Amino acid sequence: MIGPNRNHKAYWAFLGHRLSGIALALFLPLHFLALGLALESAAALDAMLVFTDLPLVKAAEWGLVVLLAVHMAFGLRLLALEFLPWPASGDARTALIAAGAGGALVVGLIFLAGVI
Amino acid sequence: MPDSSTSHDKTLQVRIWRGRDDGAFHAYRIPARDNQTVLDVVTEVQRRHEPALAYRFACRVGVCGSCAMTVNGVPRWTCRTHVSKVSGDGAITIEPLRNMPRIKDLATDMSGFIDKWGEAGTVFKGSATRHDPPARIDPQSKKRRRADAGIECINCAVCYAACDVVAWNPAYQGPAALNRAWTMVNDERHAQRKETLRAATGPQGCSACHSQGNCTRACPIGLNPSESVAGLKRLSLLSLIGME
Amino acid sequence: MLFALQRLSALILAPLVVGHLVVILYAVRGGLTAGEILARTQGSPLWGGFYGLFAVAVAVHAPIGLRTVLREWTPLPDRLIDPVLLVFAALLLGLGLRAVYAVTGGGA
Repeated sequence: MIGPNRNHKAYWAFLGHRLSGIALALFLPLHFLALGLALESAAALDAMLVFTDLPLVKAAEWGLVVLLAVHMAFGLRLLALEFLPWPASGDARTALIAAGAGGALVVGLIFLAGVI
Repeated sequence: MPDSSTSHDKTLQVRIWRGRDDGAFHAYRIPARDNQTVLDVVTEVQRRHEPALAYRFACRVGVCGSCAMTVNGVPRWTCRTHVSKVSGDGAITIEPLRNMPRIKDLATDMSGFIDKWGEAGTVFKGSATRHDPPARIDPQSKKRRRADAGIECINCAVCYAACDVVAWNPAYQGPAALNRAWTMVNDERHAQRKETLRAATGPQGCSACHSQGNCTRACPIGLNPSESVAGLKRLSLLSLIGME
Repeated sequence: MLFALQRLSALILAPLVVGHLVVILYAVRGGLTAGEILARTQGSPLWGGFYGLFAVAVAVHAPIGLRTVLREWTPLPDRLIDPVLLVFAALLLGLGLRAVYAVTGGGA
């Protein structure tokens, strides 16, 4: 599906940034609603938090944390491309792509270490 | 055309688009030869199998950009594409360039592409006359080097065909037009720099680019439209805060 | 203009997201309870300011991003997309600030 025309680093960075952005945007209203439960009582929020202890939900949380880190990393690369002068080689700062993805996975690992 | 050496009686499977939008791929089988370019393939099919096949070419030696087509999903100059480099399993698929209306078979209508060239403010307007001495531009100046980096574009439309944003947003000016606008903005002799900037930094200009980089990857002469568009974006943001 | 707003909100969001990730990674250790969170955040103008700014910036950044996605990847016309996203922006801003108040407001 990615096609030969699109099978390169800068395109994966674009896809990662876009897909993570969509997921995060769709998640946000749910996130705000959950937090808003504190308006009722701490107990109401606690009931929601117990739900998030389910393994599937924890896995989804891990996914969202990683996606947030990915979205920020690839977004920062875009800001670098647009605000900073390009390297003389004309390279689109592709090194930042692997670094960003790696950093996001590290964040994911730290999250896992905290919840397991 | 004399037969060059044929490699062990091997044949090449070729699928070529025939028709317009409602057409179909037609299959041909031609001898596989050493040192065969995709343009050689198309030429052989037209001369020996399908006289009505429509395609464009001119110089045949990788200078003019006329022979650009989509080969196995990637837009390229067919005279500079060796079959051995692209036919992994002895088969190649040839289609017209993407993002432009099809006229017939492998020929597309490039007038929209050329119109966008003008829309992005790329028409040069000088302020000197024939009575003035030639402009003295330092070739090593930052601006001139930026312009030089993009000035060799010959409008072959390969970057335009490679660009997904053009495919998704037909009004987007595209990498070639914006690359050209960038060279104009950096040309000290251009008397309408502000107008060019305004034309190229609108919502269908540089703002629509997502830096996917298909253009830079596809450019047959190694230009970097991504970098040019990024430069335009920087100028558009700087101009908002009055720094340009 | 939207392009500039997107870049500006991104610049604001970058340090806020870093801060939020640090908070998440710290808070999830040893399990999450409302009591633990609210004890630290309730009545805190610092957290209120931090996440209040976050909510505003996100309410600008996310809809503009989604607008581009809808325009490029769906056949929907602009006259449908723009109002829908304005509503989404209002939703995010409303729910977001409400959530910020829920967690940092008052001082129970």
